[in-house]
Amino acid sequence: MTSGVAIVGVAQTRYEAAKDHLAYNELVYEVVAQLLRETGMKMADIQSQVTASQDMFDGKTISSMSVNEVVGGYLKSEAKVAADGLQAVLYGAARILSGSFEYTLITAHAKESESRRPAVTVSMFDPFTQRLLGLHDAISSGLQAQRYLHMSGLTAEDLAELSRRRHLDAKKNPLAQRAGDFSIQQIMESPHVAGPLREMMVSPSSDGACAVLLTGAEKASAFGRRAVWIAGMGNCTDAYWTERDLAAARALELAGATAYQAAGISDPARQLDVAEVSARCAHEEPLFAGALRLFDGDARKWMKEPWKGEGVAVNPSGGAITGNPTSVAGLTRLAEAYLQLSGQAGEHQVMGARTALAHAADGICGQGHSVVILRANSGN
Amino acid sequence: MPKKVAIIGTGQTKHTARRTDVNIRELVNEAVTRALSDADVRLEEIDAIMIGNMEPFEGFMFPEHWSVEGWGGYLKPSVKFNTGGTVGTTTIAASYYYIAAGIYDTVLAIGFEKQSDGHTQTAITTVGDPVWERTMMAGAVGNFALMASTFIAEGGVTDEHAAKVAVKARHNGARNVNAHLQMPELKVDDVMKSELLSWPVRKLDMCPQSDGAVAVVLTADHLAKKRCPRPAWIRAVTTAHEQQYMGDSPKRLAVMRSQMVASRRLYKVVGITNPRKELDVAEIYEVASWAELAMYQNLGFCEPGEAGKLIDEGVTLMGGELPVNPSGGVLCTNPIGATAMIRVAEAALQVMGKAGAHQVPNVKTALATGYGGNAWTDAMILTASTN
Amino acid sequence: MAKPDDVIRVPFLMKMEYRYALGAYASRFFQELKDHGRLIGIRCPECQRVYIPPRPVCGICFAETGDWVPVSNEGVLVGATVVRLPFIDPMTGERRPVPYGMGIIRLDGASTAMYHFVDETDDAKLKVGRRVKARIRANRQGNMRDIECFELVD
Repeated sequence: MTSGVAIVGVAQTRYEAAKDHLAYNELVYEVVAQLLRETGMKMADIQSQVTASQDMFDGKTISSMSVNEVVGGYLKSEAKVAADGLQAVLYGAARILSGSFEYTLITAHAKESESRRPAVTVSMFDPFTQRLLGLHDAISSGLQAQRYLHMSGLTAEDLAELSRRRHLDAKKNPLAQRAGDFSIQQIMESPHVAGPLREMMVSPSSDGACAVLLTGAEKASAFGRRAVWIAGMGNCTDAYWTERDLAAARALELAGATAYQAAGISDPARQLDVAEVSARCAHEEPLFAGALRLFDGDARKWMKEPWKGEGVAVNPSGGAITGNPTSVAGLTRLAEAYLQLSGQAGEHQVMGARTALAHAADGICGQGHSVVILRANSGN
Repeated sequence: MPKKVAIIGTGQTKHTARRTDVNIRELVNEAVTRALSDADVRLEEIDAIMIGNMEPFEGFMFPEHWSVEGWGGYLKPSVKFNTGGTVGTTTIAASYYYIAAGIYDTVLAIGFEKQSDGHTQTAITTVGDPVWERTMMAGAVGNFALMASTFIAEGGVTDEHAAKVAVKARHNGARNVNAHLQMPELKVDDVMKSELLSWPVRKLDMCPQSDGAVAVVLTADHLAKKRCPRPAWIRAVTTAHEQQYMGDSPKRLAVMRSQMVASRRLYKVVGITNPRKELDVAEIYEVASWAELAMYQNLGFCEPGEAGKLIDEGVTLMGGELPVNPSGGVLCTNPIGATAMIRVAEAALQVMGKAGAHQVPNVKTALATGYGGNAWTDAMILTASTN
Repeated sequence: MAKPDDVIRVPFLMKMEYRYALGAYASRFFQELKDHGRLIGIRCPECQRVYIPPRPVCGICFAETGDWVPVSNEGVLVGATVVRLPFIDPMTGERRPVPYGMGIIRLDGASTAMYHFVDETDDAKLKVGRRVKARIRANRQGNMRDIECFELVD
């Protein structure tokens, strides 16, 4: 089952704490140029672009202006979603399925090093009752983590163990920002963030960009195994963070269900080979993986069992916790899922991966969720 | 086979300088409630919601998340766009593509801005690149005046022409219950004597800053035909961008590359060879009276150098051959996140025959344009029939 | 319904601090300006357009830009205005004093134009078509303010 849209190439920068040598247009041009080289495409053949970035992080009203020339937007149809790059993929797929465009280039960028995160994220909070309390997104994540541990029975040490595993996995990902063989103690003793969250349980500030090329069935055939099909897509919006139980993710359940239905997946824990789940903070991974039905039973059991080649391999790239910027993290998940299904994931390849999930979360404690199911091209 | 897409209902707030009686959630809810009622569609029948707004104006990142229950987004698919002045048309274009693709059948598109919550001029200045442009930005007015000066230098337009456009807009606005500025008594002389902000732009040549919201219900052909006696069909949609920096197109108002290219693309798709004759009405995004004159040329309503003649001859007045902005346009109403979508909503009202006191008779074909960023253009054509 | 006097407004001051990276192209341009008081642009090898600001790719040809070429610090006004409307300058947080002259300047040798201040506040004199020359500061930091403004010539 396929929607009729395929990904035929991806490009990512290395994720780093500070890319001081790159202006925004240079940052995004790096991935655009790489993507064109790898796919053998010319920008003249691409008429449609969807970009993703956040004005408040970039310090620029209409942040897409910084990149619209280097994504080939001159006289062409570029639009920007003020959300994660995975939302841009959903829209890009719609543009292709509408028959209006043969290809759509998707890019996402952010340089978190250029701003102070608390000063930026405070602007997401209720202006009447919350900003004056000095809330920013580290605190809301800490509150959510606290609530989730309480409801799930997981402990801070469990989160540390998850973080340990992901940073170890990341050693096999040459693009990863923070990777290494850290101990539980190191993680538990890293600087306190909020609630049960320590610095090593949360994504470090990150700079980076990612680009993805989408096309329809007609053009995808030329790419052979490098074409990976979008088999299902879903998106859903939850209530504001203080209006819902932060230990649940109803909107993600619905987004997942929509994507699974389109992809003909009734048993994700057994039918998915890989899931790249956006989890900027450690607690988000079991929370979101649970909502996506990536494991049976409760999270404690799942967390105790390292993936041994059965069940779904979650975040073989290391995941967002190892360092992914806002707006890019979900697109990175898609890029990584694509690499898995096209057999290009190198050292972190999950052998025989045929079906994968990519997920993005937007807003405070994951209010908006996007899910994409990918299927390897059975043509080759 | 792509689906055909139509607008079957719209809703706007009464736009004004300052809505101190509502917050963002309540403001948007007004427009959404009106649109659903106008379309005779229940929230349950909306498959997805697409929303446009410019965060820096309210100093609010993800304001749509905070206000979600006001616009009906709870547990529905939604996506937020932010592209500057074009955001309203960008959001309609996205709604169009999603429905044409068969992903959603019925989409609610929303645009809003509560300019009075923040500092508009400042947030516009931060459009400027911080390394190359921002130090020398002069706010929207100064920068606009610079652009207008390039246009005047081409010849064929005078302040009086601009003043006539300004008067046309405010008279039209007086017949639009939702318009912010309604000045039925405004005279050309009033405009030409108004405060000179930055030559050639006078106070009455400029658009206001408004608080307002607009919502539009779009649906696929099989539903549009069943639900709506006179839908406004979206026949063609296009966008054209510019290069990165302000000075890349030195005469960017006089010769707006994006607008020239976008409009010719649209005309080709629908088979228009003489837009002045074949369009029945146009709702265009004119930030100032001078912009409208330049756009007459860039959109092919007249030859270069002839824009002054067009307004002198009354072609673009109500009752003229091609009325431009019967709603009063941006010159009357400008909540930036909504403004471009208001152009589409107004064009749809014209096609649907629901424009009330500012209705142009017998509208079959309407043009709506968005403008913003670095002289970017969105444009679309709405028609009464699907052929 | 609340009357205007009843309304409570919650003030919120956002201080947004950013460290913007120049990148390779801007760095080269400003290094030349700082060290030598000279302006340079970058040329597209296909269409031969010379770009200020310099950039990695010519958006029209989508070809990577090539040579750096000298650009004159003299040019012509393509647009001109005297700004009389005060507003808050986001770089300083303060009201910028008015009136001040501004221009869209097409430097000799560049295909693009630069928006900058022009030292003239008489509408009758600040006209499109006049030639201008950059007033480059003696004491330069390597940013756009190294060009203090432009002045009318002839």
